[in-house]
Amino acid sequence: MALKTDAVGKEWPASTYQVGREKIREYANALGIDNPVHLDVEAARAAGFRDVVAPPMFAVVYSSPAMAPAMFDPEVAMNFAAMVHGGQEFEWGEPACSGDEITTTARCLSIEEKDGKGFYVFETNAVNQDGAQVARGTWTLIVRGV
Amino acid sequence: MADLNVGDAVPELRVTPDKYLPHRYAGASGDFNPIHIDEEFAKMVGLPRTILHGLYGMGLTAKANAALADGDPRALKRLKVQFRGMGFPEQEIVVSGTVKSVEGDRVAVDTVAKQGDTELIKNAEAELEL
Repeated sequence: MALKTDAVGKEWPASTYQVGREKIREYANALGIDNPVHLDVEAARAAGFRDVVAPPMFAVVYSSPAMAPAMFDPEVAMNFAAMVHGGQEFEWGEPACSGDEITTTARCLSIEEKDGKGFYVFETNAVNQDGAQVARGTWTLIVRGV
Repeated sequence: MADLNVGDAVPELRVTPDKYLPHRYAGASGDFNPIHIDEEFAKMVGLPRTILHGLYGMGLTAKANAALADGDPRALKRLKVQFRGMGFPEQEIVVSGTVKSVEGDRVAVDTVAKQGDTELIKNAEAELEL
């Protein structure tokens, strides 16, 4: 069966995420990250941050909401039962701090068939309230048996 | 920060996620896919038991690399990973890495996350500014 590729190039409406101290703490705790810049506002400010700063991989927390409409779009038509997360890349710019409002846009970069598998590649671009880029993500989702 | 040279090892990170870690990571990340938190569901779809989130392993990979900058979250500029084998709770994860290149203050590190002989994350490329 030929893979549906109509969604290549499609961009979905942006989603905005408000970064909060307790959410950063929850993420840092799950990962066992104990640098006080993630947990304590005074330590964060002393290190030159506006407020408690998120660990880099917190990017998944603020970027994922933008990925949901892309993944569930009928035009993308992914078979979730056979899907695995194959690869992930992030490039970071400005650190994300508590109080930031981060707006993320998702776009479909490519849909290709290789060895009977569908490779769906999406890009997310996250910018903060000042328009500075916070993180650019590349998400590779693989669907077996297309 | 000590001078880094090509071939230097990144401090090894060893973590044994407890039985409930996937629940905490699900809450922290918002990814409640039942294959990570529901034993019955995981078995129904052919998995031996609940599996760890791939992005949890990537988070540990980022943490291991940040150690090169004493945990400074500004240091990591790029991280690219491929998810390979399935990871399980209650088994030790070892993240290790080797410095691949040093150009001025830019350092590239090859990282791998393993559980026993299973590679959870392979050929992770990290770029840091130190």
